Amino acid sequence: MGQKLIIGISDWKIGKGDDVLVTYALGSCIGTCIYDRTTGIAGLSHIMLPDSTAIIDGHTTRMKFADTALPDMVDRMRAMGANVPALKAKIAGGAVMFQTANSRFNIGERNIEAVKAALAKLRIPILAEDVGLNYGRTMTFWAENGAVEISSTVMGKKML
Amino acid sequence: MSIGKYEDLNAMQIDVLREVGNIGSGNATTALSSMVGKMIDIEVPNVEVLGFNEAIDAVGGPEKVIAGILIRINGDVDGMIMFLFEQNLISLIVRTFFGTEPQDIFSLNEAELSALNEMGNIMAGSYVNAISQLAGMTIDVEPPMMTIDMLGAIMSVPAIEMGEMGDKLLFIDNNMVIDSTSIQSKMLLLPTIDSLDHLLGKLGVA
Repeated sequence: MGQKLIIGISDWKIGKGDDVLVTYALGSCIGTCIYDRTTGIAGLSHIMLPDSTAIIDGHTTRMKFADTALPDMVDRMRAMGANVPALKAKIAGGAVMFQTANSRFNIGERNIEAVKAALAKLRIPILAEDVGLNYGRTMTFWAENGAVEISSTVMGKKML
Repeated sequence: MSIGKYEDLNAMQIDVLREVGNIGSGNATTALSSMVGKMIDIEVPNVEVLGFNEAIDAVGGPEKVIAGILIRINGDVDGMIMFLFEQNLISLIVRTFFGTEPQDIFSLNEAELSALNEMGNIMAGSYVNAISQLAGMTIDVEPPMMTIDMLGAIMSVPAIEMGEMGDKLLFIDNNMVIDSTSIQSKMLLLPTIDSLDHLLGKLGVA
């Protein structure tokens, strides 16, 4: 019997086989599922911000940023035996929760771009995405086959 | 002393912030009470310094569906005020203004939504006025923005804006009480680290 792994904000976890990975209520944050169907190794990351490079001091986690969380998670998956050239990704989130005229606060859009850039750098193709718009999303991810369910209060459930 | 991160606050500073929340939310609740013609109290505020996930759990859990009204504040204090309104408070406000009962939180029409927004606006203004007078500061209030969604997605907005440099959020949190029943609708004040220094300096406990 697999485990249910809950991934909080600024966190990532890796599961295997019949594990199910869940991250709740993505707003402007992004959930990134990365999986290898040949070994059943699968990781889910929940990042909050695009870019760690402006953060000079050490008291914040690398799991918070797209540019650090995703390479770190893939490194760990490789160490656990994942076949890196076989990795595929699915992403969700990056919403604008409160509409505003001030684009300074449109972090959702910047998060989407940063996650796509980080995955491109890792040469991991994105097979499906459900990003942007203006509502929260919960992401449920089955490690063994890479299936992803998105549920939201306004749109109900759908598979990615 | 300058506060580098929220967890550096000492006990006396926390007490002062609790009093700030008490005065601000007291004034906001008075405004709400007089608008809806019903006695509404507040509980003694909590000053919370919590990790992002713990903060969301502390206000109700990530998948709880709630109305969030966000008001950015700036001037001598930068940050935001967030109102989290549950169904029962929304029903009370809508009934007061329109005499009808909304079916549920998703079936609110434009007029009802803008009444709630305006209520948030008035309450935020009252909250901020009380702090301004207390500390001799000028604080401006931006127009309110509202969304109805999962609490985790709503709270990710302050987490993102306040949480870049550290891994914790500070908020002063008040539960409202109607007819001696705690209704779990909340007002949160979330100051940035920089303006926290300024606020505590003005209040003589920096």
